[in-house]
Amino acid sequence: MTDAIHRRGWIKGVAASLTGLWLAACNRINDNPDVQKTLLKAEGLNRRVHRALIDRKALAKEFTAADISKDFKANGSISPGDKPYRDHLMTGFKDYRLVIDGLVDHPMELSLADIHALPSRSQITRHDCVEGWSSIGKWTGARLGPLLDRAGLKREARYLVFHCFDTLGAATDGSNQYYESIDLIDAYHPQTILAYQMNDAVLPVGHGAPLRLRVERQLGYKQAKYIARIEAVSDFKSLHGGKGGFWEDRGYEWYAGI
Amino acid sequence: MTESRSVTKVLTYRHTLVVRISHWLNVLSICLLLMSGLQIFNAHPSLYWGQKATFAEPWLHMGAVTRGETTMGVTTLGPLSFNTTGLFGYSGKVGAREPRGFPSWATIPSYRALVDGRHWHFFFAWLFVLNGAFYVIGNLLNGHIRRDLLPTADQLTRKHLWHEIIEHARLRFPKGEEARRYNVIQKFTYLAVIFGVLPLMILTGLTMSPAVNAGQPWLVEVFGGRQSARSLHFICANLIVLFVLVHVALVIVVGFFNSMRSMITGRYVLEIEDGDAA
Repeated sequence: MTDAIHRRGWIKGVAASLTGLWLAACNRINDNPDVQKTLLKAEGLNRRVHRALIDRKALAKEFTAADISKDFKANGSISPGDKPYRDHLMTGFKDYRLVIDGLVDHPMELSLADIHALPSRSQITRHDCVEGWSSIGKWTGARLGPLLDRAGLKREARYLVFHCFDTLGAATDGSNQYYESIDLIDAYHPQTILAYQMNDAVLPVGHGAPLRLRVERQLGYKQAKYIARIEAVSDFKSLHGGKGGFWEDRGYEWYAGI
Repeated sequence: MTESRSVTKVLTYRHTLVVRISHWLNVLSICLLLMSGLQIFNAHPSLYWGQKATFAEPWLHMGAVTRGETTMGVTTLGPLSFNTTGLFGYSGKVGAREPRGFPSWATIPSYRALVDGRHWHFFFAWLFVLNGAFYVIGNLLNGHIRRDLLPTADQLTRKHLWHEIIEHARLRFPKGEEARRYNVIQKFTYLAVIFGVLPLMILTGLTMSPAVNAGQPWLVEVFGGRQSARSLHFICANLIVLFVLVHVALVIVVGFFNSMRSMITGRYVLEIEDGDAA
């Protein structure tokens, strides 16, 4: 009897140590910088193959009103506590100005009324989160392409950086400011809009009020919320972590088509 | 054992270099695709049908449920609910358990890191696809698929099929001359995996890419939506795990050493009873 108990304890001990060894070995391989570097080679390959095989002007599927999710999930920041944002929220964004600057001929500051007066587009599209879920929503907003034409991009401009109001996570040194970036082909795609409405109502705070980017055909983290400023740049290496976005700086792919 | 028969051992050449190389590359890539796939699954351990998530009604969900002082891992499958504490939904060392879909020993890395899971998955997806192309093209050219994997007419008779099903159920496998070729159940299984489950795995994987959806809209329609594709990807992964478990069990039953030798060196020993040899 006690022998059996001893034996069971012994077997459990061996099983636990073997599991421990297994986990440690897997994590050691995973955390090795050379392994990580090798794995990342697939990222460039994925992007280049997609660029070569997929028409960059292809439209994301648009759905019907009946397909709209009643439980569209709000993810990431859902109620930014950052003071400048809170101030705008308290005053109904009446003093909000979208700043467009960087490599443009005509830097601009646009009120929400100005943005509402711009050429707009509505689309019912599927939002795909990197976590694996999808929700369908209707977005209405200003088309980015005509707006960029008004601002006049300089020759050297290659990317647009979307600086956001929200910080994500506990850091207080500004290193966790949300931002995203896209290239000009995506910026001029007809479905790329600065959305101010969701499902025919004012864009809710959880989904990025007053303005969120919709760059369909890429994952959710690319759809920057709480946009404060759009900066045209030649490259984004000197911004934040240098990878072109909040999640990109944390290892996620800049090309979020997969 | 009424009469003693003498048995001759014959060394045969069973597996070509193409088969052996692609087999072991597949072992590596499928292991890492599975572990990284479970890591990715754990980022949202729920599955749905159609284009969009119906968060309140997943057909499969793994989660932790706390009632009073105790927390349990609960797996729901449609209307059914199972206590899976320690395995699915809530696992880890006793006293330090955490809510997670699959347990830490099944994912790479063991801790929660969707970003690393994606990097492993997309890297080994390339190895898997290139290796699969190498296998199919190589074995179409050398005739292995036609000669060894397609069932022959004599194997497809009702009598033979029934005989093999009975023999398999008794865990009795062909010996001697008959073991020179794959049996018909083996052939059907290999064909279903190689030309059914594995291509489905690749296609459902591609279908989860929003860029592929825009470029090749027919693909997502075929599978009935992105969430359906994710569900099918998961189901096919389970079928592959099932195949591997049965495959390894049978390798052990028919002779572990002989089978391993044949998949490493190509040489397989047949035991041929005297008078049986052709």
